[in-house]
Amino acid sequence: MSKRPSRIARTGSWLDSRLGLARVARTSLRKVFPDHWSFLLGEVALYSFVVLLLTGIYLTFFFKPSQAETVYHGSYAALDGVTMTRAYRSAVELSFDVRAGLVMRQMHHWAAIVFVAAMVVHLARVFFTGAFRRPRELNWMVGVTLLLLGIGNGFTGYSLLDDQLSGTGLRIAYSIVLSIPLIGTWITSLLFGGEFPGPDIIERFYVLHILLVPAIIIGMLALHLTMVVHQKHTQFRGPGRREDNVVGERIWPTYAVKASGLFFLTTGILAALGGLAQINPIWIYGPFEPSEVSAASQPDWYIGWLEGALRVMPAWELRAFGFELPNPFFAGVLLPSLTFGLLYLWPFLEARRTGDRDVHHLLDRPRDKPMRTALGVATIAFYAVLFFAGGSDVLATEFHLSFNQLTWSLRVALFLVPILAGLVAHRLCRDLAARDAEPPHDPPDPPARGHDRDAAASSDVESALVLDEPEEELEPVAWPPPASVLRSGPPSAKPLPP
Amino acid sequence: MAVVVALSLSILAGLGLAVVYARGGQAQLEGMLLALSLLGIGVGLVIWAKQFLPNEEAEEARKPLESDPQDAAAFTAELERGEEAIGSRRLLLGLITGGLGALGLALVFPIRSLGPRPGRGLFQTGMADGRRLVTAEKEPVRLEDVPVDGLLTVWPEGHEEEADSSTLLIRVGDESLFREPVVLPWTVGPVVAYSKLCTHTGCPVGLYQAEEHLLLCPCHQSTFEVLAGARPVFGPATRALPQLPLGVDDQGFLVAKGDFEGPVSAGFWDRSR
Repeated sequence: MSKRPSRIARTGSWLDSRLGLARVARTSLRKVFPDHWSFLLGEVALYSFVVLLLTGIYLTFFFKPSQAETVYHGSYAALDGVTMTRAYRSAVELSFDVRAGLVMRQMHHWAAIVFVAAMVVHLARVFFTGAFRRPRELNWMVGVTLLLLGIGNGFTGYSLLDDQLSGTGLRIAYSIVLSIPLIGTWITSLLFGGEFPGPDIIERFYVLHILLVPAIIIGMLALHLTMVVHQKHTQFRGPGRREDNVVGERIWPTYAVKASGLFFLTTGILAALGGLAQINPIWIYGPFEPSEVSAASQPDWYIGWLEGALRVMPAWELRAFGFELPNPFFAGVLLPSLTFGLLYLWPFLEARRTGDRDVHHLLDRPRDKPMRTALGVATIAFYAVLFFAGGSDVLATEFHLSFNQLTWSLRVALFLVPILAGLVAHRLCRDLAARDAEPPHDPPDPPARGHDRDAAASSDVESALVLDEPEEELEPVAWPPPASVLRSGPPSAKPLPP
Repeated sequence: MAVVVALSLSILAGLGLAVVYARGGQAQLEGMLLALSLLGIGVGLVIWAKQFLPNEEAEEARKPLESDPQDAAAFTAELERGEEAIGSRRLLLGLITGGLGALGLALVFPIRSLGPRPGRGLFQTGMADGRRLVTAEKEPVRLEDVPVDGLLTVWPEGHEEEADSSTLLIRVGDESLFREPVVLPWTVGPVVAYSKLCTHTGCPVGLYQAEEHLLLCPCHQSTFEVLAGARPVFGPATRALPQLPLGVDDQGFLVAKGDFEGPVSAGFWDRSR
């Protein structure tokens, strides 16, 4: 008895007889994806975004983006009789009266937090491994755009609820935009529909939050993934891995099953967080009242660096000819512009510094590029200090410090910590690379010694503020390397030909 | 074995979730069961893939990304042919550029409808000469209502909704404590009035340390010295909280004698104009 084709195969041929895609589809199924845990970070971000879409759609059925005032009489007794906007009221009702509403709302918030976090860690991975180099500069820029959109949409999202915390955040955002020379007063007036708080901001943020920005994110994601597929994923060095091949797992079936597994794991963890870890309890904050603010008002983590920058900024502002550049401009406009400007330009800046404009599909290990790694670590340290500065009031209360001392310590730390962290990282890279380069056990063979000399030579160059020299092409002849080198990863530089 | 356990657990959790929901719902349980149901599937799939699916390493060739020179040259030639054909009509080209430019300009204007011109609103508040100051409960205030070494937040009567008009009444131990640049004629005995909005980013300056007479903004910790015209002594704020001319009407209630001495809240580029 001849075997009948399976149902999935029959569906496939039904589709193929109408669309003729069998060839393309087979290529996709057989596509090879390199395997490394750090390549899953972007996937976690993607899956968090899917959760954001699903939970977000659910929330739109209940949330009312309206600043019209109403008096609450509902199941949460503590707010009974309180005047509030319909936006805040619907968010409270969603939390208390809609079955499963609170889980959905908290999952949505947690997913936003994980989405941005996964993007940041993914970006760090791409940075430290040099995956942004030619030919992937464009995709790096698309990724930075996604990060920017993710942070922006996080802010518009939690600003919708019109609770005391979100209102305070909006007030600060208003003042930051207001500080932009020439156009600041116009932008705020157009955006808010007038002077703060303005009649329109929640409805406008709602449209941005649920329609415009997600649509752009979806478009950018499509572009991001298409480019990954088209350019094929980067891979770490290893036996049999060259610039002209991809070694890994085929999409079908193993990788596809694993990836779906990761999707469910991500979603499951977000569900656990959404059900068990309280987040943004707006009923405790109360409705927004412009003349009030509570201490310990912290934004979501991905805004923390801006909040910190606003706090540690000294009381400077520029005044000339009767015009002024207000203080929040420096921390609120200039710093993020520089941050994202440098992020966008980084692939080109590094290429200019090193002169390395070659195509790279093999990744660097962070230790093999001490200068880049040190810069990356210093940058992370800089934003980490700002992040802690964003919680300075909590730190001061917690550790019984005076604001004055704490703020000054943070100002000093903002410059000192990155420098120290960068130096330590640089040193660590060099030590690790040197250890890798050490001859295995027995008499050193010529290639290993050659590599030693390379490392020593480059260390002199790198003690000054220059980026790494362009990396030399890996010579296939060097493979397979000795077993001990394989275990700790291959050496960075090409062994001198014997 | 582990796969079976994980997937069975997932089935149970999924059914449990339906039961919990049907019985009225409970947020923690819902979250936990949803998580178990999802994690069960996730763990199941991953173990399945690792144990029972082929795990051999595959290799795929990576062809150079750029097109081969012939294709590239043909493409460039095609592009240039069209460009020449279009470019030969200089006048039309100029006109179409003008047309598109004008259209683009015209399309900017609907944005103008989003909000009013930022006129004098940023320079003015609801404060005006003779307007009574009232509390959140809309009660007018006498000097005695302001607690010694304490704060009272007030608004101009009839303008309680205006966010930029919130004002702090502060009563110090004795009026002789006031120093420059407090405008003494604008105080009433030991009571002085300042805008409540921080001059940094407009947060309400709500914390008062009475012993040192310092006002503290909880947002970014700007600190203002009440006895010395609320000048900033710490934090990112660069300007003093504007003082409100304060007076008493014939019934003994505190009133504004005019608007604040300058624009309140955060700065903007033409604030001093």
